[in-house]
Amino acid sequence: MSAAPILAIDALRIEYPLSEGGTLVAVEGATLTIAPGEIHALVGESGAGKTTIGNAVLGLLEKPGRIASGAIALDGKPFDPTKPGDIRLGRDIGAVFQDPMTSLNPLFTIESQIVETLRAHLPLDRRAARARALDLLRAVGMPEPERRLSAYPHQLSGGQRQRVVIACALACEPRLLVADEPTTALDVSIQAQILDLLRGLADERGIGILLVTHNMGVVAQIADTVTIMHRGHVVESGPVAQVLRRPQADYARALIGAVPRIDVRLDRFPMLDGVNQGNAETARTELRRRAGTQEIAAPAADAVPLLSVESLVVDYGAGLLSGRGSRAFRAVDGVSFEIRPGEVFGLVGESGCGKTTIANVVAGLRKPTGGTIRFDGKVIAGEAAAPRVGRARRAIQMIFQDPYSSLNARMRVGHILAEPILFYELARTRAEAAADVDLLVQAVGLPPETAQRFPHAFSGGQRQRLSIARALGARPRLIVCDEPTSSLDVSVQAQILNLLKDLRDATGLTLLLISHDLAVIRQMCDRVAVMRSGQIVEMEESETLFAAPKADYTRQLLALVPTLERIRGEADIRHGG
Amino acid sequence: MASLSRSLRRVPLSVWLAGLLALAIIAAAALSPLIAPFNPTDLTSFNLMDAELPPRFSAEGDPRFLLGTDNQGRDLLSAMLYGARVSILIGGGAVAIAAVVGVMLGLLAGYFGGWVDAVIMRIGDIILSFPTILLALLVAGVARMLFPAASSAEWAPIILVGAIAIHEWVQYARTVRAATMVESARDYVRAVKVIGLPSRQIMLRHILPNVMGPVLVIATINLAAAVLTEATLSFLGVGMPPTYPSLGTLIRIGNEFVFSGVWWIALFPALLLVLLVLGVNIVGDWLRDLFNPKLRGRG
Repeated sequence: MSAAPILAIDALRIEYPLSEGGTLVAVEGATLTIAPGEIHALVGESGAGKTTIGNAVLGLLEKPGRIASGAIALDGKPFDPTKPGDIRLGRDIGAVFQDPMTSLNPLFTIESQIVETLRAHLPLDRRAARARALDLLRAVGMPEPERRLSAYPHQLSGGQRQRVVIACALACEPRLLVADEPTTALDVSIQAQILDLLRGLADERGIGILLVTHNMGVVAQIADTVTIMHRGHVVESGPVAQVLRRPQADYARALIGAVPRIDVRLDRFPMLDGVNQGNAETARTELRRRAGTQEIAAPAADAVPLLSVESLVVDYGAGLLSGRGSRAFRAVDGVSFEIRPGEVFGLVGESGCGKTTIANVVAGLRKPTGGTIRFDGKVIAGEAAAPRVGRARRAIQMIFQDPYSSLNARMRVGHILAEPILFYELARTRAEAAADVDLLVQAVGLPPETAQRFPHAFSGGQRQRLSIARALGARPRLIVCDEPTSSLDVSVQAQILNLLKDLRDATGLTLLLISHDLAVIRQMCDRVAVMRSGQIVEMEESETLFAAPKADYTRQLLALVPTLERIRGEADIRHGG
Repeated sequence: MASLSRSLRRVPLSVWLAGLLALAIIAAAALSPLIAPFNPTDLTSFNLMDAELPPRFSAEGDPRFLLGTDNQGRDLLSAMLYGARVSILIGGGAVAIAAVVGVMLGLLAGYFGGWVDAVIMRIGDIILSFPTILLALLVAGVARMLFPAASSAEWAPIILVGAIAIHEWVQYARTVRAATMVESARDYVRAVKVIGLPSRQIMLRHILPNVMGPVLVIATINLAAAVLTEATLSFLGVGMPPTYPSLGTLIRIGNEFVFSGVWWIALFPALLLVLLVLGVNIVGDWLRDLFNPKLRGRG
């Protein structure tokens, strides 16, 4: 790594002038270098300024943002990314973005997208460009490259589309690749392939890669060096093994501590900032007193199941007027499982495996095509089920993935939280309901004035707390959590998962936790079912499953997920140093 | 909301002028019984001897009649003010009814989907396959045939409102249906479904406020269109009776005299109609851009 750096960023400062006057400093004093063949990861939570640096290098800073001071040099030559012609995007620097669907034009074939990039920068005729496009597709490991040339983006899978994007980025043999969250929209197994591809490009072609990501596991798996950012400042920088294993700065330590581990189950996540818990304890005791009859004990294996799902089948698009004829898509195919009272049951799988469909059926948002669901002995879904209308739904509540769409933006928080309480007649008057809302708000660790405000005044994590409070307001016995933390930053995720644990311990709730993240499942669940293509491939006590997975698919998933425990260069299994 | 209020502060001059113009016409029409020099509906207030007098500023003008008189000797300015009132009332009534009906049907179609959606939207498609005027003519004509009273000054406005609204509701229904489908799939609606709130409450309390933005915009633009449709129907003779003229009726009357050199009976009402429609349309266009997030925050 002693060669002259491909990219050198020196004391970069990026500002956004605000319309009210004054400036917002998005990045301050950022310094980093990338040597040939080096992958440098830029990590941090949302708002840390990592994407801003990536965009600045690409000359894609959004107006009115500007580079106030500092320098960027490519191959030792300083350049101004905002000046066209100095360094050309596409020729000298390649870019790979997060969503492979939106970074390709859906109306053009793969061939025309790559050829367009090639001919924009190189003097090639159509035939030569086509031959080169084919070479590029081979280089990025596209299966059957000749056939794919004439395909349209929608005919390719997500991983294949990302390969095309990388092929475009490589078209003119750039020295530097800026990859902004290149695998965030992809499933674990495809993510592993794309990460392998990026690593290979760095090793074999000596390309420098600036990898912008929020995922510590990805950093551990493929990066050589890492810079941790926090609120526009560089917190810590250095070789991956050193920074991830022995972080020096407080923030770096806390951030790395908040990443869920897949090897050991911890009691709680170490907290990042001292979140003001305030009266949360007393509020939770009160919630527990109300739950009343429920015994809070460790879930016993022989307990009568609270929820039992028997050979559940769900088809999509089978309706008479759906316009698809009889071609139905079977999302869930004969799934059976039981959830014991007081337990946290996990459903894990890649996208499209049917886990969210199961959540919707259990919560009563969708009717199953076949099979039965019993709750507390009573059939709630299936042929013999009584219609689940009105108050019959109280015992099962749900928490959603996207905290920005799960609260009605036009209603005050107090109103949103009071709605289930009043509807289920858990309070006799509005004043009683308001008192209940205050209690719930405290129980999820938010300040008392919360109820007066509108949802837009809260951050993603705070909104997710509100979503939890709304679910608790119904005094449910089972809460279905559908990817409750997958759109949150890792430190906020740690807080929300801790909150769920605390609430469960305090009130004896039963949780059905649905996630694609094996580490989250590991930290939260007592028992786990692994799903694939609508079926359960393995169901086991969590400890057993993670210690000794039986099914091939589970083993494969566990091997592919990038984790902090496997750091590149440290007796690595997959890349052999 | 912050960006919305900021955009409101940066209203372009043309929109200010258009808005003021439209407001002035609407106010003058609303206050016509107070500010008009004559009452054109009072048969005793005008004299056939005064018929077809040119405007005051022309050579043979009569100082009593600023814009001249029509073929029955009515003061044209008064007839226009009263006529604008009738036109705006009918246009506004048609828009209000079309909006209420369309929003409700759109909510039902978007929320329930399936056959409810299919039935409502196919009816809408059938209605839209007829041109506005043709359908309105049909409705007005059939109504006149069935109830002879339909052409009277009392009933004609109600028939006209119905004839225009029957075509316009489809636009609202389509817009609201699409927005409702988007909102229904969002988690806050799923959350209240899990709670088990009745559908009526979910639609009215949770979805409706979130789909109303575009409705306001369509309503503004449609107001101008509805006033025009009314004028056309009256021009064609199935609208307001000559004894209680709307702007369209006045233009029709004037049309018969244009070639005999009596140009003012048609020209002044037509000018007023153009100014009113133009003003409302400019404000409506601006509102549409304001509520379109794709166009907001640029430039």
